[in-house]
Amino acid sequence: MEKVKKKIGSFSFWNWVTASIIFRLILIYFPKNLNLSSRPEVSTPLTSFRRLAEGYWLKQSFMSPYAGSMYHGSPLLLSLLGPLTINRIEGQPNHLLYSLVSVIADVVSAMLIRATGQNLRLAYLRSLESLDLVKQIEVSGDIAALIYLCNPFTIVACVGLSTSPIENMAVILCLYGACSRLIPLAAFGWVIATHLSLYSAILIIPVIFLLGCGPDSPPRKLFLQRHQQKEVLNQSKLPPRFSWGPVIHFAFWAFLWSVYVLVLCGISLKQFGGLWEMFKSTYGFILTVEDLSPNIGVLWYFFAEVFEFFRNFFLIVFHVNILFMILPLAIRLRHRPCYLAFVYVAICSMLKSYPSVGDSALYLGLLGWFVNELADMQFSLFLFCGYVGVSLLSPVMHNLWIWRGTGNANFYFATAMVYACLQIVLVVEGVSAMLNHDRKLRNLITGKPQDAKS
Amino acid sequence: MVLLQRPHILLLLIGTHQFLQCWIAFGSVNEEGQKQEEFSEELLLKPLPDHKLLAHFHFQSSGPPSTSNGCHHHLFPKAISQLVQKFRIKEMELSFTKGRWNYESWGGFDPLSSSNAKPPGVELWAVFDVPQHHIDASWKNLTHTLSGLFCASINFLESTATYSTPEWSFPPASGNVRYGTLPCEAVCTENLTPWLKLLPCRDKAGIALLLDRPSLYRGFYHSQQLHLTSTGSSSEGIDSGIILEQTLTVVLQPNSEMAIEVHASEKHIQPSWSLSSIFGKQVSGRCVLAKPSSVYLLLDRGLSAANGLTSENFWSNPSFELSANPDRIFLEESSSHSKSLSILYMFQVEKYCESEPFDIGLMWKVPVAWLCQQTPLHASRFLMGSGNERAAIAISLKSTQFTEGFMSANSKDGSCELRVDVFQVVPWYVKVYFHSLRVFVDQQPRAVSDIIEKIHVSPSKDKMSPGVMEVVLKLPCRVNTAALTIEFDKGFLRIDEYLPDANQGFDIPSAIISFPNFHASMVFLEDDSLNKSPLLSKFQEKCPVMSYTEVLLVPLTTPDFSMPYNVITITCTVFALYFGSLLNVLQRRVAEEERFLKAKAAKKTGRLPLLLSKLSAKLRGSGINQN
Repeated sequence: MEKVKKKIGSFSFWNWVTASIIFRLILIYFPKNLNLSSRPEVSTPLTSFRRLAEGYWLKQSFMSPYAGSMYHGSPLLLSLLGPLTINRIEGQPNHLLYSLVSVIADVVSAMLIRATGQNLRLAYLRSLESLDLVKQIEVSGDIAALIYLCNPFTIVACVGLSTSPIENMAVILCLYGACSRLIPLAAFGWVIATHLSLYSAILIIPVIFLLGCGPDSPPRKLFLQRHQQKEVLNQSKLPPRFSWGPVIHFAFWAFLWSVYVLVLCGISLKQFGGLWEMFKSTYGFILTVEDLSPNIGVLWYFFAEVFEFFRNFFLIVFHVNILFMILPLAIRLRHRPCYLAFVYVAICSMLKSYPSVGDSALYLGLLGWFVNELADMQFSLFLFCGYVGVSLLSPVMHNLWIWRGTGNANFYFATAMVYACLQIVLVVEGVSAMLNHDRKLRNLITGKPQDAKS
Repeated sequence: MVLLQRPHILLLLIGTHQFLQCWIAFGSVNEEGQKQEEFSEELLLKPLPDHKLLAHFHFQSSGPPSTSNGCHHHLFPKAISQLVQKFRIKEMELSFTKGRWNYESWGGFDPLSSSNAKPPGVELWAVFDVPQHHIDASWKNLTHTLSGLFCASINFLESTATYSTPEWSFPPASGNVRYGTLPCEAVCTENLTPWLKLLPCRDKAGIALLLDRPSLYRGFYHSQQLHLTSTGSSSEGIDSGIILEQTLTVVLQPNSEMAIEVHASEKHIQPSWSLSSIFGKQVSGRCVLAKPSSVYLLLDRGLSAANGLTSENFWSNPSFELSANPDRIFLEESSSHSKSLSILYMFQVEKYCESEPFDIGLMWKVPVAWLCQQTPLHASRFLMGSGNERAAIAISLKSTQFTEGFMSANSKDGSCELRVDVFQVVPWYVKVYFHSLRVFVDQQPRAVSDIIEKIHVSPSKDKMSPGVMEVVLKLPCRVNTAALTIEFDKGFLRIDEYLPDANQGFDIPSAIISFPNFHASMVFLEDDSLNKSPLLSKFQEKCPVMSYTEVLLVPLTTPDFSMPYNVITITCTVFALYFGSLLNVLQRRVAEEERFLKAKAAKKTGRLPLLLSKLSAKLRGSGINQN
């Protein structure tokens, strides 16, 4: 993967951006979107385009969009994107407008990733400088943006008319706002991301760290050690201490935005079930894993097979699995909030109840921010091959099982299992590589001879 | 004068009063006499165009209000009256059906077919006379009671995912109606026996004697119904009378041996039959409790036209011969849109006894061919698409000859419209996308709003309620074909929600296509005895023309049923792997490990241990050391 990234980086950035947009447009003009919109990898019950259209139809016929178990998304998406599901331009593909919105969302996300990456790179350079280490580092922003734009997963999610480009944009908006200290924007991104998919709520921890002590830098202890060695304490070169001011500011804005979003939802659902129904069929649907249609996660098959008696127990276990890792990760990676956000996003997209490739596209894009830090990551080739292999095999197995009837559910579940394992390896190795990187920096500063060569 | 006259007036007054009293008393007696429990048994036989014979048994018991005679009944089944009183049923119909009514050759536009053609399996609907919020509870109790009463799994209709509340397209429309079907229910003699138990003579005497199980279940179509109507409203404190109609409709193939003997050369001749040849039994007299006990032979319009029978010459029948002389012959009242008339031959069973059993036979002399009256549009339903992920349901309506004739007669101005109601219930695991509803008229796609006048949809909730779609179509009269398609996703169920034979698939209940502008009724020329016959008076009622479509079998994907333990253990292992390895990475102290390794290496010299330690270090993934 690293090699691919480097190759991409050497080309002109804008050429690649244009190429990826043109490629998307070409795919959009294929008949029926290549049936991507009904692929289980692309459209989950939460992000499916057809369900959005059904929700909009129900709303147009004066029924609650949540009547029936079809639509589980936000009522705001329904108001914004719903009209695009039926608007057609003569002689153009059916859902051209909607596809264009997805493409724009992707491009905006890529631009935000680029800006955030440049931000992170500056912060990284500054901290290296203050540690008196000079190193040639990659332009991580461009690489991350290009990974996001050219990733087949992103392209498929965009052309497949799922709502995940919008969800991803909200997450990236939140991180961008926090990195550039645009607190209202960060709060807006966080509220929208949480509103669209519950799991983004845990991003509040990295956002608080980002706002409290700035973007990623080596541990504060290192700076102190460095300055002790020099026996001059230059306060200005130290990374700032945790400051509560922006965090309180963020909390205020987050509260304001959530009230705003809830009021908007309340208005759009006034004549139907109201907010309670919305929470029940969006968050409740996510938490109770009611829909057992196959996706690239593992929970659908697990809950199809598990005995009814244990269902609630395992629901708690799997959701608590996400929550359990929040605290240890936050403690070890508190000085690298963006990386923490990446790890959280990756864990969520691995353990969430209805994962899609759009979620994977997000964390793979964010991975590009850390090409410098993760240069020593192990198994990167293995992971790359694994991702390619799974994304080729999984549709084959699905076809064998669903369409031809020659395979059975276990075939498809096996690829989902492998995919989950790959993501686990990625997360574990990524965290380990980042910790090693910090350790290496420390060794460089304390000047241990055996480590100087690295 | 005045004084003299007064006693007279007084006497006159007294006299009048007494007379009035007597008259009132007489009237009340008369009234009570009317409210006696009654039972009638009737059998209607009707030759069908495709060499088959329809036999329709109709038993009707009526129970007077229970206040007049407490909880005791002479003839009326107590179980039913308790059922009605307990659940306050206004109207209820339960049908057990095996086989599919062939609308094309058995007709769909006569009272017989529109009320006796039922969807395969069990169909139950009931109208309750209870407040709205008690209806569901009453329904649940009713299903359990009926389940016990008829030895059937009607109790599966208890769960909210199986029954629905039709708003207006189901003919006995009212807010209190509940409708449920079990298309896969197997109907057999175990359901017939409890049904027969409700008859006062069971199958020991009377017409019910003919109900010979092997010959009944050998038939092509078999539908056993129970229709309850409680007259009057019990909510106002007036206890109501109950009318219980039990009907059994069978379509049988008569043995054509007799025909072969006579006309071996002629292939197309209708098989001749007699009661004893089709049922293997004869009627040895009526059930003594039954008041009218009669057998009818119905020659429908097409047949009588084919025979050249008209109102003048229906006594002389050139093409067939009856083995018994009918006691009476009724002729249908001429209707507006048909030249030919149905003819009904009536035989009274009262006249026959043990020594001289009743048997009627029909012997065809010449081959005849005719057509039954069709519904305005012939409805059929099918699945489109392949694979187990998604598919589409298509309901196609095809015009029949009947429509053409009728329309040409009726549409003086060009803008005539044919109204069609479609009522479709889908189980929750068939996830219908209502926005994908498409309408095709004469194979051309049309805008939904042009054709669909009214639509009511209640989308399905997972494991909670089925999806209901009620559509009113306004089709142009000259329509040849019309089709409705709607897409759906196939749901994925938990392993314990699959039926024992999961790979067989799941059934989508029949859609009901009704034509509210058309009414099937058969009015026979007025006669005193006609009013006494419940079967014929039922024919006179205007019943809406409706037809049921086929039951669809939807194959659903199955998970591996043998895998639960494997899936649980493998998934949990992967989760443990994630949790453990991530926690391990987070709490690891590499510096200490390095020190430990170095100390070990210092102790042990030699190539192999060094290599091994290097290897182990590599495996543990302490990258810095290796670089």
